[in-house]
Amino acid sequence: MIVALLVLLVTLGSVAFHLWSPWWWSEIASNWVGMDNTILLSFWITGAVFVAIGLFTAYCIWKYKYNKNRRADYEPENSKLEWFLTIITSIGVIALLAPGLIVWNNFVTVPKGAYEIEVVGQQWAWMYRLPGKDGVLGTTDIKNIDDDNIFGMNTDDPYGLDDILIDADDLHLLKDQAVKLNLRALDVLHDFYVPQFRAKMDMVPGMITYYWFTPIRTGEFEILCAEYCGTGHYAMLGYVIVDEQEDYDEWLSEQMTFEEIMASNGKSDLIKLALNKKNDL
Amino acid sequence: MAADSYDDVAKNKESIPELEVAPQDLYHAKSFWTKYIFCQDAKVIGIQYALTAAAIGMVGLVSSWLMRMQIAFPGVIPMDAAAYYQLVTMHGMIMVVYFLTALFLGGFGNFLIPLMVGARDMVFPYVNMVSYWVFFIAVLILGASYFVPGGPTGAGWTLYPPQAITSGTPGGDGLGIVLMLVSLAVFVIGFTMGGLNYVITILQARTRGMTLMRMPLTIWGILTATVLALFAFPALFVAGIMMTLDNMLGTSFFMPAIVQFGERLTYDGGSPILFQHLFWFFGHPEVYIVALPAFGIVSDLISVHARKNIFGYRMMVWAIVIIGALSFIVWAHHMYVAGMNPWFGFFFATTTLIIAVPTAIKVYNWVLTLWRGNIKLTIPMLFSIAFIITFVNGGLTGLFLGNVAVDVPLSDTYFVVAHFHMVMGIAPVLVILGSIYHWFPLITGRFLNERLGRIHFWVTFIGSYSIYFPMHYLGFMGVTRRYFEVFEGDNFTYSITGINQFITVAALITGAAQFLFFYNIIVSSKFGKKAGKNPWKACSLEWQTPDVPPTHGNFGKELPVVYRWPYDFSVPGADEDYITQDTPPSAVANAKAEQT
Repeated sequence: MIVALLVLLVTLGSVAFHLWSPWWWSEIASNWVGMDNTILLSFWITGAVFVAIGLFTAYCIWKYKYNKNRRADYEPENSKLEWFLTIITSIGVIALLAPGLIVWNNFVTVPKGAYEIEVVGQQWAWMYRLPGKDGVLGTTDIKNIDDDNIFGMNTDDPYGLDDILIDADDLHLLKDQAVKLNLRALDVLHDFYVPQFRAKMDMVPGMITYYWFTPIRTGEFEILCAEYCGTGHYAMLGYVIVDEQEDYDEWLSEQMTFEEIMASNGKSDLIKLALNKKNDL
Repeated sequence: MAADSYDDVAKNKESIPELEVAPQDLYHAKSFWTKYIFCQDAKVIGIQYALTAAAIGMVGLVSSWLMRMQIAFPGVIPMDAAAYYQLVTMHGMIMVVYFLTALFLGGFGNFLIPLMVGARDMVFPYVNMVSYWVFFIAVLILGASYFVPGGPTGAGWTLYPPQAITSGTPGGDGLGIVLMLVSLAVFVIGFTMGGLNYVITILQARTRGMTLMRMPLTIWGILTATVLALFAFPALFVAGIMMTLDNMLGTSFFMPAIVQFGERLTYDGGSPILFQHLFWFFGHPEVYIVALPAFGIVSDLISVHARKNIFGYRMMVWAIVIIGALSFIVWAHHMYVAGMNPWFGFFFATTTLIIAVPTAIKVYNWVLTLWRGNIKLTIPMLFSIAFIITFVNGGLTGLFLGNVAVDVPLSDTYFVVAHFHMVMGIAPVLVILGSIYHWFPLITGRFLNERLGRIHFWVTFIGSYSIYFPMHYLGFMGVTRRYFEVFEGDNFTYSITGINQFITVAALITGAAQFLFFYNIIVSSKFGKKAGKNPWKACSLEWQTPDVPPTHGNFGKELPVVYRWPYDFSVPGADEDYITQDTPPSAVANAKAEQT
């Protein structure tokens, strides 16, 4: 009796906790409502299974408690019942998987015209690079990195000259503009994760990974590194600030391009090749 | 095999199959050393494995206490970030490999396989002995890493390069990571010796009449898990060797060109994701290496204590085999957001969710075994029920994480931590605990103390559920895992301090209950109530030995002959509510058994 009650309480208690838990996701700030909806759908389907099995188990424990004058049923198999349950389960699985794959298809299909931004992770800080006026991110190589060229810009690539380099943990984005984040890591794995955007992807040294989203509301959103990256992992934080056009332009006007940075440091001679090619364009 | 009519089969099987191999004498130990230390008796080796695994498991348990203290009450136990990450790493690796794998396959495998299939011992007793001692050396090497400069590795149990072997990670530029990789390699060598033994014994040394479809599900679970391990561990082995080469000789298997703290390292051209593929090609089957023996064992516990045959035996066997096969083509669901080609997501999400079907069938059949049973609420049964609830919970959250689009927001959060602890931490441990209560009378001839056992059960089940159930919701909120300082994120909808303190207190209490359990084992092995022969009235062979506890050679003068499956409980017409596997049909002529 008390064991049946325990199973009943754990089952119903879990449902109650779910319904009244104050720990729930924060309001979404990107276009990935589909992920939230798939989670909610998963809750309905798996929740129903959980409750059904919990209640049935509690019932069996209560109803079929040991009695030495009784014998258990003897029924080794029941293929009808087993096939029925298999088919029901398969339908449930398809109902979960199909919408999930549709959302994933959207997630991996970057829309044309998405604004490309580079996010760079290193132990334990973030940096960002915007493509500048020409709308093209210049090429980079990790072997170029030194104190004067912390992004490793290729010094003979004219497309990199107007790239806007931001050596700070905070990034501004424009509301309602689809962005594709090109993710790069200099040392170890990192992961650029903002809970309100729902999306995340690891940053892997030696390759460029990406994901895309559209911010749908203004505000300040905390960045958390989501892939363990050494002793400072927990302190690898920052903010994404989603702005309306006006604020965004104001922020943008305060940032410097690669060419300006090199000039202000008196290192313009290092990017001579790129400057020459730019004149030829 | 299911027979159309039991009578037909019985007539044929009453004639005992011929002996295929003449009886062979075992090596009989002559001294203390060969009897208890370098012992070739699988039962003793099993206990050696179990005690070693439990000892190192205690280190893992205490590590989790310290971690939880740092998360909920920072400063009470002083530690820096490096120490915290070392605790996280060692807890994970110890529990998964050195505790669960060693305990299920080395411990239960060794003790139960020969007894349950009706063999006198493993087919290669000497190799079996060496297997244990190689495992023991692996544990020593692991333990040694606590005492080298810089301490053990703090790379996380997944040991992802580049951070695992660079200086930003504790132990990454010292001996910590080297000893971890060497220890794993040694573990794999030891396991391979044991594993080949388990598989060959099950396939070749079953007693007469013990067909594959008459084996207890425990044996099916251990057999399939061992086959998985024999295929999966080599991937870990080569990954470990390659990473050691990267670390010691400067090769670049997993190491691309890197600039760390402003300094360019000498590596170039390697792929960190290649390591992840190798690691999870081992790592995912590893989940089932732990889960399948638990599935098998719990089936037997439920059947014996509900006095009812396991429902759908053949379906259960096929489910175990299918889950085992599928487990090799789902590994990259651990890597949805690792930066691999995003199109892989479609394939791995589909295969992963397909696994839910055979897994669900197992759950249904456990519950349907209870249905119309005659349920004795013994301690093993209590733990089995707790397992069902915990496993259903953890299995269902797997449907979230396996569904690639849902994994994106939840990956690397506390949802993942809660999920895998529920499904491959707590659930298998509940089975281990239940099965120790179940087989303790066979091992020692005495029962464990009932009152202490019931306290242990209630605290463990309610405690562990309280730890992990709420934790999922922190993950929903976006609380990332592996954070040394757990802070109130700017955008969390509710404070996480109180709930973290609650979880930590629950963890401390649940952990303490395990020490009560150890106390119970020590005291009861000497002073426990005498159990006698086959105290649970089980059908399988391990309870039918002439001596309790079984002596070397297990079955006395003659090996038993098997006439039926191990689940003939409550057969209509039979005098007792169980018929043991070695009971010939003529001895129970009235019993209307339908399955052999």
